[in-house]
Amino acid sequence: MVTSVTSFGKNGVSDWLIQRVTAVIIGVYFVGLMGWLMANSGFDYATWKGFMGSLPMQIANTLMMFSVAAHTWIGLWGVTTDYLTSLQLGGSATGIRLLVQAVIILLTLVYLLWGLVMIWGGA
Amino acid sequence: MKVSIYRYNPELDNEPYMKEYDIDTQGKDLMVLDVLALVKEQDPSMGYRRSCREGVCGSDGMNINGKNGLACITPLSEVAPGVLEGRKPLILRPLPGLPVIRDLVVDMTMFYNQYEKVQPFLQNNTPAPAIERLQSPEDRAKLDGLYECILCACCSTSCPSFWWNPEKFLGPAALLQSYRFLADSRDQATEDRLGNLDDPFSLFRCHGIMNCVSVCPKGLNPTRAIGHIRSMLLERAV
Amino acid sequence: MSIRTVTFDAIVVGGGGAGMRASLQMAQSGFKTALISKVFPTRSHTVSAQGGITCAIASADPNDDWRWHMYDTVKGSDYIGDQDAIEYMCSVGPEAVFELEHMGLPFSRFENGRIYQRPFGGQSKGPDDPTQAARTCAAADRTGHALLHTLYQQNLKAGTQFYSEWYGIDLVTTGDGKVAGVIAASIETGEVVFFKAKATVFATGGAGRIYSSTTNALINTGDGIGMALRAGLPVQDIEMWQFHPTGIAGAGTLVTEGCRGEGGYLINKDGERFMERYAPNAKDLAGRDVVARAMMMEILDGRGCGPNGDHVHLKLDHLGEEVLHSRLPGICELSKTFGHADPVKEPIPVVPTCHYMMGGIPTNIHGQAIRLSGGHEGEKEYVDGLFAVGEVACVSVHGANRLGGNSLLDLVVFGRAAGLYIEEALRQGMEQAEPNSDDMDRALSRLRRWEESSDGESVADLRQDLQSTMQNAFGVFRKGDLMADGVKKVAELRERIGKAHLADKSQTFNTARIEALELDNLLEVAQATAVAADSRTESRGAHSRYDFPDRDDENWLCHSIYDPKTQKLGKRDVNFKPKTVDTFQPKVRTY
Repeated sequence: MVTSVTSFGKNGVSDWLIQRVTAVIIGVYFVGLMGWLMANSGFDYATWKGFMGSLPMQIANTLMMFSVAAHTWIGLWGVTTDYLTSLQLGGSATGIRLLVQAVIILLTLVYLLWGLVMIWGGA
Repeated sequence: MKVSIYRYNPELDNEPYMKEYDIDTQGKDLMVLDVLALVKEQDPSMGYRRSCREGVCGSDGMNINGKNGLACITPLSEVAPGVLEGRKPLILRPLPGLPVIRDLVVDMTMFYNQYEKVQPFLQNNTPAPAIERLQSPEDRAKLDGLYECILCACCSTSCPSFWWNPEKFLGPAALLQSYRFLADSRDQATEDRLGNLDDPFSLFRCHGIMNCVSVCPKGLNPTRAIGHIRSMLLERAV
Repeated sequence: MSIRTVTFDAIVVGGGGAGMRASLQMAQSGFKTALISKVFPTRSHTVSAQGGITCAIASADPNDDWRWHMYDTVKGSDYIGDQDAIEYMCSVGPEAVFELEHMGLPFSRFENGRIYQRPFGGQSKGPDDPTQAARTCAAADRTGHALLHTLYQQNLKAGTQFYSEWYGIDLVTTGDGKVAGVIAASIETGEVVFFKAKATVFATGGAGRIYSSTTNALINTGDGIGMALRAGLPVQDIEMWQFHPTGIAGAGTLVTEGCRGEGGYLINKDGERFMERYAPNAKDLAGRDVVARAMMMEILDGRGCGPNGDHVHLKLDHLGEEVLHSRLPGICELSKTFGHADPVKEPIPVVPTCHYMMGGIPTNIHGQAIRLSGGHEGEKEYVDGLFAVGEVACVSVHGANRLGGNSLLDLVVFGRAAGLYIEEALRQGMEQAEPNSDDMDRALSRLRRWEESSDGESVADLRQDLQSTMQNAFGVFRKGDLMADGVKKVAELRERIGKAHLADKSQTFNTARIEALELDNLLEVAQATAVAADSRTESRGAHSRYDFPDRDDENWLCHSIYDPKTQKLGKRDVNFKPKTVDTFQPKVRTY
């Protein structure tokens, strides 16, 4: 068993499960959104704002933001641990990987917070 | 026909190179291993592994015109169009992703290490009966497609996930063996075995690329076995 | 040359079924055990065994009796198998097979959950009932593979120390004839090391590669026989080579006797099931020597198949796709790959092909190597420190002809027996022989010879000459004049091989060097075979002569013993004294 690293959840199963569940959430969200767009062709800004400002959509958007963040992190963590390893980069691999991962975390958190502010900020 | 072979002897060469041989196969649809034997008559210094020459010992896995396979059961006609006729060269390289010892011989230590990690032996602590342990034909049938693995490493060395993380990702061959014991009605170590596969690397680095399935010379399906283990892990988690 | 020494309680040379069964036994008992193998253990030739392991576990027939199995084996051996050893193998067999099952070997099963058994050649229900028995335990048609992998897995679990891809060069013997260990070289690095041990167990397998057409793996070069003969030790019944009836014509790959056990049969070019003429009762499931000879007679009489009439056909299509794919999946694969025939639709072209060496290093049931004091005519004595198990040994349970499925049983029963014996002997304090520098030099001399060679003939050419000589003069049927000529040619080959050249002297994974060292061993086995075959003036089991067509119990109801020092053949008594049953007296052998 490889114990030195976990990405997000407590083990591989939860990572895998989170990745799949968030993918489903993202998928359902977009299908729903497409449905709304098709049903309301030619809508104006007010309709859009009303729709997005409604409580169900606020909840859906929040869920969506968290899902994207989690999905992104697990996915990109996988990518970095595949490609940014000592096999490719030699001794400095761990440092580079941690740096890249830190940047990813930071960006993800910023986007997440920014998104939450937009959703619940009441503007 | 032209045969192009990856050559590297660490005592003589600074880096590997491809060497061309002209081999007379008399137009016969020889196995790649037969061609290698002809090359070796011409150049005894060319090194490769071989043993059973009938596809059951797993010694002569190599990369044949870009695809991993066993030299002894790969006829020239199946390598690529034009190879048998001599219009295209036969190109032989060592299995990718493992350190080369010499020529077509790779160091398989990493591969064997991963095999050993899955505790590839039956575990059953109940006292053995005076005769065999009984097993129904249906339960025995669950081992078909699993126990036949010959450890040739064609699958694991064609797997990108194994290339990237050969020490952390167990690779298709080891995981197939892991499932061979998980699926055995006589084995009792299921919990322990699953516990050891539960991290993000050992099993979950399988991305379903399925190179393993397309190269397995015995027609086995490691991806399916990995899927079965994943289901067991999920069931265990919920 | 000063070399590194590593010390163990016991070393096993050879990583096939016998070697790994022995090492498992010793490793489990906690003794410091090493296993040296020239290939990674699961690449050993045991992996190619297909049909099964014959043993009276009373699964197919609840009334089955190991004594019936013993009778079959004695009869199959044409009465020169040692009856005490056969008794041991057949009676201990079930225990050894159940152990394998407990280790996880994935045997095929009957509906009631017991191990599947299929009929094999030469199986009856005892001296009074020639009914065909079904006594061969099988894991589909991959029993050897399943067995070898299971044993490797158990050795991993037991913590055996493996030296994979190390090649045994020669035995280290002391002046007083004791064995102190073995010199071996790492194939990967070229390093030469002295493996010093109280017990050295040879499990180096057969030497089918002395023939140009063989079912044997390319690695079956008789390394153990070569080492023993160079150390001045004798070999027994080495003229007895089994030609398996069904090697795929042209390729030489094996098609299991289990095909005929499942109901397949042989036909000639007229479509006639010719075995009915040669063995009216057992037909296609007569002893292998009988079937192989019948096939050759058909071919020689012009009833062979194919444009050259040089093979016969094994018909299986009447068994149906389902049976073939469930019981004989490996055969379907092999036949398509090497015989260009899908057994579901068409017969497989087959021809008798060299398969098994019944002879070998004479041992008792504990695997202790035997020599005769004062050369080939003296009293039996044991070689201190040396054991042999499996195909390299001649216990002898196979005599002049081995029954199908008995080799895997031989491996596990005697691998286990040797392990048990050594375990006990070590506990009681076994002595370590101490070699001096001359002893070491002797064991290193042939390696040095190759290393110092500067020109001469190539290994590949000499090997080819040797193999075709053996193929032509010592095949299924043997002729006095051809054999005498063969003996001479092999003697000449000894001269030529002694002057052959190894061009590549690099250290890293030098397979050219290994092939050169193997050639020495092929030569030793070939010469012993040639002399022994030429000297045994009778026909018995697999040894069939035109000039002496009959069995001669008066002169040859005995083992032959080839003495490498004199290059002459002596005789040794066969054991006719089993411990718990009556002797099976020699009878005319019909099927």
